[in-house]
Amino acid sequence: MTIAILVMLGIGATCGIILSVASKVFYVYEDPRIAEVEYFMAGANCGGCGFAGCGSAAVGVVEGKTGPSVCVVAGLEAATNIATVMGVDPGTAEPLKSLNACSGGDRADDKFIYNGADTCAAMTALYGGQRVCSIGCMGKGDCVKSCQFDAIHMGPQGFPVIDEFKCVGCGACETACPKGLLSVKTMSQRLLVFNQEDHALAPCQQTCPAEIDIPKYIRLIKEGDYEGAVNTIRERNPLLLSCGRVCPHPCEEYCRRGLEDESVSINQLKRFVADYEMNSGRRFPIACAPDTGKRVAVIGGGPAGVSCAYFLRRLGHHPTIYDAMPKLGGITRYGIPEYRLPDDVLDWEIEGILNLGIDVNYDTCIGKDFTIQSLRDEGYDAVFMGIGAWKDYTLGIKGEDLKGVSQGINFLSTVASHPEKTIPVGKRAAVVGGGNSAIDCVRTLLRLGCEKVYIVYRRTRKEMPANEVEIVASEHEGINFQFLAAPTRVIDDGQGNVKGLEYLQMELGEPDASGRRRPVPIEGSETILDVDMVISAISQQPDIGFMEGEPDKENITITRWNTFDNDPETLQCSVPYLFTGGDVATGPSLVVDAIGGGRRAARAIHQYITGEEITGTPRSLRSRHIPESLFEVVPGVIKSPRTPMPELPVAQRITSMSEVDLVISEADAAHESNRCLNCCRICYDPDQKKAQDQNAA
Amino acid sequence: MEYIEIIIATIFVNNILLAQFLGNCPFLGTSKKMETAVGMAMAVIFVLVMAGVMTWLIFNYLLLPNKLVFLRTIAFILVIASLVQFVEMFLKKSIPALYAGLGIFLPLITTNCAVFGVCVLNIDKELGFLPALVTSFGYAAGFGLALIIFAGLRERILIARVPKPLQDTSIALITAGVISLSFYAFRGMV
Repeated sequence: MTIAILVMLGIGATCGIILSVASKVFYVYEDPRIAEVEYFMAGANCGGCGFAGCGSAAVGVVEGKTGPSVCVVAGLEAATNIATVMGVDPGTAEPLKSLNACSGGDRADDKFIYNGADTCAAMTALYGGQRVCSIGCMGKGDCVKSCQFDAIHMGPQGFPVIDEFKCVGCGACETACPKGLLSVKTMSQRLLVFNQEDHALAPCQQTCPAEIDIPKYIRLIKEGDYEGAVNTIRERNPLLLSCGRVCPHPCEEYCRRGLEDESVSINQLKRFVADYEMNSGRRFPIACAPDTGKRVAVIGGGPAGVSCAYFLRRLGHHPTIYDAMPKLGGITRYGIPEYRLPDDVLDWEIEGILNLGIDVNYDTCIGKDFTIQSLRDEGYDAVFMGIGAWKDYTLGIKGEDLKGVSQGINFLSTVASHPEKTIPVGKRAAVVGGGNSAIDCVRTLLRLGCEKVYIVYRRTRKEMPANEVEIVASEHEGINFQFLAAPTRVIDDGQGNVKGLEYLQMELGEPDASGRRRPVPIEGSETILDVDMVISAISQQPDIGFMEGEPDKENITITRWNTFDNDPETLQCSVPYLFTGGDVATGPSLVVDAIGGGRRAARAIHQYITGEEITGTPRSLRSRHIPESLFEVVPGVIKSPRTPMPELPVAQRITSMSEVDLVISEADAAHESNRCLNCCRICYDPDQKKAQDQNAA
Repeated sequence: MEYIEIIIATIFVNNILLAQFLGNCPFLGTSKKMETAVGMAMAVIFVLVMAGVMTWLIFNYLLLPNKLVFLRTIAFILVIASLVQFVEMFLKKSIPALYAGLGIFLPLITTNCAVFGVCVLNIDKELGFLPALVTSFGYAAGFGLALIIFAGLRERILIARVPKPLQDTSIALITAGVISLSFYAFRGMV
């Protein structure tokens, strides 16, 4: 007996000694945080997180493969503790929720019929499944089976519906779904999703520079959930009141209904819900992640800057906007005239964004009051540059220094800065250019009391880059168009004032690099236009004169268009702390482009200041289209008229700065949202099927 | 020649999984995917050879001389567990690639009945040192072979039409039975 005990003790002691020696000899440095993180986990080794036991989950957290909220059993308190250990922003301790990206389900066409393949995994093994759509839900419910919390059920339309209250964000469904349709993400992570080639995206959403989930918000409008629609838009675009008014809606060009019928009036629906919120007397709450304590300087309070600051704030950071003007809004306030975007609307919208906790320094100008370097010295973790493109190109012709000659943005911002929105103008004016600024100038001039207003453009109406609706509206208002005219000099009246504008007549020649036919001057065709005021609105470039005084200017690359050079995917400049978006990066472009740029930059800034690797989106679409989602014909569409834009009568509008475009009625919004085919990548709801269903019911 | 016989006997005729039905939990648990099955097979080969050698030494040089054969079970468990821990530490330091490859399977098979079973079989048959070593390897290789065959079948079963009550583990058990029957064809070879 004694020997037995001694032998066992001996074996035990030997094993113990060998192991303890081995643990010293074979010591591998392991991040001490792994043990600390593991301490806060439930220790149940349940595997609910998708890792093999608590130990590997802790390693996963420390290696950054997963967030602090990985342990589904220990809950939110543990997540906060783990976040503290990791020193990461507890913002990632937000609750994780599962979301299904496919809204097609059974309406998607089948390509094959498989008997007996009863799981999604089996279906995927058979040439990617039975559907024509390569990415959509196959409806076999692997996710439903995988959910331990009874939070997923197969919906009536053949795709899973998630019960947000029961979902704990364990990620089992994400692992189970072979198509990667279910994603378990926090609110912050969802704000930073960008369109990818393998996403379930309708053509309109692929086109939108801000990547708004258009079918979803229209569906919510149809269901009467206006707050849900506003929140959906706000996940991608904070300036919905402004965009609802001024956006040229490139999305509508790609509307599938537009192939067979008139396209859905997407932007009017956006304006409808945006105005609904403004007129409802309350602001819908906007969720922000917990504070991270990181500070970001945003230079320029235009659409790009405001959008970037808004998304950074929602991610829990603290942006501070520096703006050279006394009010925010940038070009939307000072470049877009009052009759298109009234100041009180813009004020209301910006107030709501600033209420989230964004600081603003008004009347502070880069180059005069601060530099990029001085902001860094003040302790900002990153800098966003969004100063827009405010420097007008000049015509470069004789007589441009005469009194009565001005430039587009200069003119528009002078009008906008005036409290009464009025400045003295001439009797007869010529505006040179064919873009939106030129149209804004002529329509403003008309409202300021100018009797005869000309647009002088060197090509024809077809080549005008301005929005079609704007051109039509100015035609209604009685603007004179002088096409195929290239100004050659401004004529002096002898006292330094403008007496006329001389131009050469042109004819269209061979197409140039942009595909438009190049205008060629006709010799000896000089004509004089009798005007006493000339505005050149032929495009702008960023005003980057401040760069001269910038200590780090050697390292900041500027393109030959005077824009900041950046990585198109992350918008990071040639110095790592500087990010840029909007017109200062792209050159003059749409408001909605700047908003999309602001969000894209916010993503990279978030990665930069939280110490993650700055990566772009894999297989990023960036306004390209998925070929299989673009159709030639769209069967099953029953024509139904598009809701016309309600407008003020011409006689009433040209005498005041009152807003021209009005909002559509609730009944019209219901009609218009019903016209939406609720498209996805390939499938959609044909009208004929809807009609059949209604008849059957 | 003797060793070739041992190898054929352990891999095919007396396959640890399909003829002796030891180690069924990892057989069912890790055979859903080929990738995990291969990882598990490698880990078992590695640990079983080590454990076979160690337990043989312990039994023949410690327990037998001291007439402590009744301590066999508890001593073996202790030794196998320590051994696996030791190997894990050693690999982590010296061969990180192999450690990462074996992954979580290494600690998982600490208390695998196949491992313990083979060690006990070696002793029961009163094998010499080298035959015990080869036997251990043979059994482990047989385990790996059965596991990989089974994983391949299960990946196929996934896309086959299986009646609802028989899905997943139950069809797997039936399949295991059929494979086991087919392995009975090797009976009498050696």
